[in-house]
Amino acid sequence: MADFGFKLSKSSTLDLDKVDLKVYNLLCKTDPDIKTCMACGSCSATCTAAPFSGMSMRKVILALQRGQDVRPMLGKCMLCGKCTMVCPRAINTRHLILSICKCYD
Amino acid sequence: MKDNIVIIGGGVAGMEAARQLIALGHKPIIVEKSNSLGGHVASWYKLFPDMTPASEIIARLTKEISDANVFTGTKVLSMTKDKDTYSLTLDNGVTIAAKAVLLATGFHLFDASKKEEYGYGVYDKVITNRDLEALFRGEKDARIDNPKAVGFVHCVGSRDLKAGNSQCSKVCCMTAVKQAIEMKEKFPQAEIYCFYMDLRLFGKKYEDFYINAQRDFGVHFIRGRVSEVGETFDGRLQVKAEDTLAGKPLKVQVDTLVLMSGMVCNPTVSDLVRQARLDIDDDGFLKSRNNIFDILESNRPGVFYAGACTGTKTVPETLAEARAAALEIHNYLKDG
Ligand SMILES: Cc1cc2nc3c(=O)[nH]c(=O)nc-3n(C[C@H](O)[C@H](O)[C@H](O)COP(=O)(O)OP(=O)(O)OC[C@H]3O[C@@H](n4cnc5c(N)ncnc54)[C@H](O)[C@@H]3O)c2cc1C
Ligand code: SF4
Repeated sequence: MADFGFKLSKSSTLDLDKVDLKVYNLLCKTDPDIKTCMACGSCSATCTAAPFSGMSMRKVILALQRGQDVRPMLGKCMLCGKCTMVCPRAINTRHLILSICKCYD
Repeated sequence: MKDNIVIIGGGVAGMEAARQLIALGHKPIIVEKSNSLGGHVASWYKLFPDMTPASEIIARLTKEISDANVFTGTKVLSMTKDKDTYSLTLDNGVTIAAKAVLLATGFHLFDASKKEEYGYGVYDKVITNRDLEALFRGEKDARIDNPKAVGFVHCVGSRDLKAGNSQCSKVCCMTAVKQAIEMKEKFPQAEIYCFYMDLRLFGKKYEDFYINAQRDFGVHFIRGRVSEVGETFDGRLQVKAEDTLAGKPLKVQVDTLVLMSGMVCNPTVSDLVRQARLDIDDDGFLKSRNNIFDILESNRPGVFYAGACTGTKTVPETLAEARAAALEIHNYLKDG
């Protein structure tokens, strides 16, 4: 068949009807504070790893809420816990990270 | 004989209530703990949304309540109830028997030094919204010296569980945008950055300020909460936030950083609250009987509220409540 240079790309749409929220729902039980994140970015701004690795706790939480795999990003966390100190919603982000790891055990 | 009405607090709420009570034929008594009337508004320069000089509002109210009995520099030592009368003892030795008491005790500005990571009281160039109003009013401030870059931090001590206050202070977004414009007018060469979590510009004409700030004054709006502030070797301030829209950590150096301290409850009324057995709401403010229909009424007959003592309010909201409270009191005394 003639190659016209076109191909089908995967859609980047987040299809909320089809997302798998298994991990997020588990976390809502162990760390219910996760539901109160307001995406202010304090955690990411204060994160020691962020500027060099792209680690962002805010993005991790959002990704979980959208049913995406957070393991590649989480691998960059050094568990220093600075994010927990600045969160205005008093989310224990460090504990949350440990809980996320357990979900994937 | 007319029944005594005592108004505790001589900010714009107390003053406007007194003005209306006088118009209704009463002779209210204002007890104000500081040495002058006007409350917080007396410390502001120009008021949104019309940029009305705050001094004009205070001057007008002061003139129109010249018939009221005013005790300034006076505290209420105790307030107790006997049948349908409240007995108030003042620290100047006066005791008043009043049929109705209006609490117009307002709010406190959040103490910005409690947010240690922002460095108020540590770094010279970190100031508050109140300090900036004083500068605009013409007070000298050696900390502000022709800045090349200025940052505004929204929500300081508001929407912050760690600061003990989960509520939105409501007026600060608007105040920040207003002050950003005023700052740009004063220092046209300065770059201005507003760090916000959500912009809550809810009131009449507020969105116009936002558009003007963007279009005519080039104010930069960055969606991210400032996480920490440090000093550079040459004495400037290094501000860190996440630019959450770009999804990247962000830093910028500024010469002045303005913290938008929020409106929080006034703890100095706790003695009165205990003695008169009034209810306090979860947010620490005085608790209205109902937040829709009975905002001006306390849980005790004869005790009324107006203004920022029940929650964050703008000046026009405060004035409207004060007028309504005067009418409530008038009707209460007429029926009683
Ligand atoms: C930075 C900032 C800028 C603002 N700018 C604007 C603006 O531009 N436009 C606008 O519409 N609104 C503005 N506001 C809101 C405005 O300040 C309030 O709406 C207003 O001050 C509320 O008036 P009030 O009389 O209820 O309280 P207050 O102004 O707090 O007055 C209360 C009075 O009661 C006295 N008092 C307190 N406790 C006692 C006691 N126990 N015994 C005796 N007296 C007592 C106090 O000394 C004070 O005089 C701003 C707020 C902030 C924080
Ligand atoms: S600091 Fe807290 S509220 Fe802000 S983005 Fe991080 S987890 Fe969410």
